[in-house]
Amino acid sequence: MFKRCLSAVFVFFFFVSTAKAQLVIEITSGADQLLPIAVVPFGYDGVEALPEDIAQIVQDDLARSGLFQPIPRGNMLSMPSKEEDVFYRDWRLLKSDYVVIGSVKKLPNNKYRIGFELLNVLSQKPVQKHSSIDVGANNFRDAAHYISDKIYELLTGSRGAFSTRILYVTAEGDRKAPLFKLQVADADGHRPQVVVESKEPILSPSWSSDGRKIAYVMFRNRRPNIFIQELASGKRQQIAQFKGLNGAPAWSPDGKKLAIVLSKDNNPEIYTLDIATQKLERMTNHYAIDTEPSWEPDGKGIVFTSDRGGNPQIYRLDVNSKQVERVTFEGDLNTRARMTPDGRYLVTVQKHDGNYHIALQDMKTGRVQILTETYLDESPSIAPNGSMVIYATTYKGKGILAVVSVDGLVKYRLPSADGDVREPSWSPYFK
Amino acid sequence: MSVNKLGKFAVIGLSAAWLAGCSTTATDTDSSTVAEDAASTEQVEDSAAAGSTDQSFGAGEDDAVTSVIVDDSAEVAEEPMTDPLAGVDTVFYFDFDKSIVRPAAREALAKHAEFLVANPDARIVLEGHADERGTREYNMALGERRAKAVSRYLTIQGVAASQIETVSFGEEVPVAFGHDADAWQLNRRVEVRYE
Repeated sequence: MFKRCLSAVFVFFFFVSTAKAQLVIEITSGADQLLPIAVVPFGYDGVEALPEDIAQIVQDDLARSGLFQPIPRGNMLSMPSKEEDVFYRDWRLLKSDYVVIGSVKKLPNNKYRIGFELLNVLSQKPVQKHSSIDVGANNFRDAAHYISDKIYELLTGSRGAFSTRILYVTAEGDRKAPLFKLQVADADGHRPQVVVESKEPILSPSWSSDGRKIAYVMFRNRRPNIFIQELASGKRQQIAQFKGLNGAPAWSPDGKKLAIVLSKDNNPEIYTLDIATQKLERMTNHYAIDTEPSWEPDGKGIVFTSDRGGNPQIYRLDVNSKQVERVTFEGDLNTRARMTPDGRYLVTVQKHDGNYHIALQDMKTGRVQILTETYLDESPSIAPNGSMVIYATTYKGKGILAVVSVDGLVKYRLPSADGDVREPSWSPYFK
Repeated sequence: MSVNKLGKFAVIGLSAAWLAGCSTTATDTDSSTVAEDAASTEQVEDSAAAGSTDQSFGAGEDDAVTSVIVDDSAEVAEEPMTDPLAGVDTVFYFDFDKSIVRPAAREALAKHAEFLVANPDARIVLEGHADERGTREYNMALGERRAKAVSRYLTIQGVAASQIETVSFGEEVPVAFGHDADAWQLNRRVEVRYE
């Protein structure tokens, strides 16, 4: 209950203070075959203005996925909010395959009932029964993303990721003495909130598998330390401050361990830290650089970057046997691997002809595809439904975030009004 | 951390809590991080119990975020360079993806070594840096490798290992902000800092 109270207050509080710093989405490329869909403005019988335009948020979500072609509102011949008021003929004329209708009703307890329905224009029938949700004024965006997730799942068969969030680091102000902020925002860049801010660098944010905690590296007194922090309470714990590197924390899928990088025994090695017992276990032993660990979805292996072969490539470490095998062979180098939730693909930063791009390697066939054409790409992080990769890149001389679909077809940017943005980390589903 | 400063933070924390109703801004200013943060959590729970009516669903349940503002920059103040080394280079540059000390650095490093051998109580931190190309944690490792290369150069000349600490900033603290070869060269460096 108290978290919900916090939520209400903080949304307001931070919206006022950080609205300017919000990330804004610019779609740069979409899939070949887009599904036409009309999201009709939701009906509303009240007098005072609603906090958000739910239909607009749903429409933007669907457009951003790169799979849908929303029908512009200005072209709509009617704006029904109940199925009995829908003339399917109108929507056939507009070549819309699907129509989303809905309504907002104010309830006596200061809440709103939001009803919605997805209709198939060809069969002239609802795809699913009318359903509704009750929300407070501060949760209209959550309601909209929930509706987007439902529609996405009904039409694509896979789970939507519109209700997820992203962590990222911004560097604002004087470039010689910037203010670093670790921020969390909705997946569409709205509602940014500051998680931690410091005059010293912050990097490598990572989510726990339940989305409640994060780990990150923050410098203090000019030395890197690893912290874990509970998002809701702000309660944080310094878990590694050894001599040398304390870096690249990555949460195990069961949430019990962190894979981290320490150089306390001379050069960078991968360790696992049991969070409850504080037991540290050394996983690699090589004079080369071993860094950037990331767990496989089943927790049995850790992929990491090593230059033990001469230049940096991705290797796989078996967590039980500690045996190491090389995974990437294409390109001049591959670093910072992340695996899709189904374990099928490995996403890396690949250098090829002097350029750094996001690459996708099929773990079954070994086939490699370069996904991006942007400049100085780094820090890829995969959406929990495996559909999209968010990454950091340089655009017009500034650090920005960008997103590419795993098939490389859908691309959009999330530039910020001020400062550099970097180190994105896509949240898991919230349980 | 002075008592004064702690007091200021407490005031900020309280006024933020007042402004935001049931929110709290957690601050930590020194090694007592965990204890302080735990206290702020209790405060959150107390005030929330007082009057929470709003209910959310879905992602809203996880919306709440409490900010941590860290400001211990006052403790980072650098000490002025000791006199015998006035005019001696303290920044040394490296080739791309390399950690080999250049011949041009040898004369200045020899002077640092001479000073450190003569002053066994003196301590230095070698801060390694990388340019923006490549991934951030790999660059952290690369910056450390450069700092260690300089460290080895000094220990070979008789400096005690206990006088030297190596730290890496990776690509996080550039001194040049262009995206070209000139800027990258200036950023691939090790800085010698006397503690």
